[in-house]
Amino acid sequence: MATSLSPSYFIFLSAALFAIGAYGVIAKKNIIAVLVSIEMMLAAVNINLVAFNKFFTPEAFIGQVFAIFVITVAAVEIGLGLALAIALIRKRGTTNLDDFDWLKW
Amino acid sequence: MGELIAFIILAVCLLGSALLVVTLRDIVHAVLCVILVFFSVAGIFIMLNADFLAIVQVVVYAGGVSILVVFGIMTVQRIDIHNSNTANSRFIFAIPVVFGVFLVAAITAARNIWTPANVPVPANDIQHLAPLLLENYVIPFEAAAILLTVAMTGALLLVKEVKDSGNKS
Repeated sequence: MATSLSPSYFIFLSAALFAIGAYGVIAKKNIIAVLVSIEMMLAAVNINLVAFNKFFTPEAFIGQVFAIFVITVAAVEIGLGLALAIALIRKRGTTNLDDFDWLKW
Repeated sequence: MGELIAFIILAVCLLGSALLVVTLRDIVHAVLCVILVFFSVAGIFIMLNADFLAIVQVVVYAGGVSILVVFGIMTVQRIDIHNSNTANSRFIFAIPVVFGVFLVAAITAARNIWTPANVPVPANDIQHLAPLLLENYVIPFEAAAILLTVAMTGALLLVKEVKDSGNKS
């Protein structure tokens, strides 16, 4: 079905979700909250890709293929990120990102 | 009209739970709201005629990723769970920065004159996705498979190694 909605609605939505995720990445202390915020930013990117696929190249499906790749890489990222987080928390005993400052002197 | 109402309900659900993720002080509640975010994104995908992607979103994110994160929190978070998702001192300049990002994107989208192709998305999307994935994009597809294998092996190695050295010391 052809939709009555304009593409800008979906761009507003994904921009707002991206901004909320970016706020979480910048301002959260907990390492797992930051990982989850990155996932929200990637979900916003997916909304944009699928919306552009629907409105501008509906029969090419390239936006959906790219969204599948983004979902794959996001799953890899959360798996590796959680493993790193668990390793760090075991070694340091804290979840606060500001405590992981070994490279500073 | 019905489409607009569905969009508004999904958008309110999505943005409301996303705001709860970054404002709730308990990390377990925040992650439960993330599951709601992922379900709302799946609903948006269904509105955009991407049924297969909606199913993938529910299976991978709302199923796999959320459970992984919840288990990660439950196993490592020991102290002070009710105050575990606080903001640091950078939120003062984070708010204007992300608001600026949103404004730039929204103003650009609103000023642009869209000329959508008025063609509906074909209904059987999986039959169009499969040839793309297995013919045109087969090399990225295989690379993604290798990436998943390497990443999962690396994750196991990372978690195991720290446990061993922790036992030794």
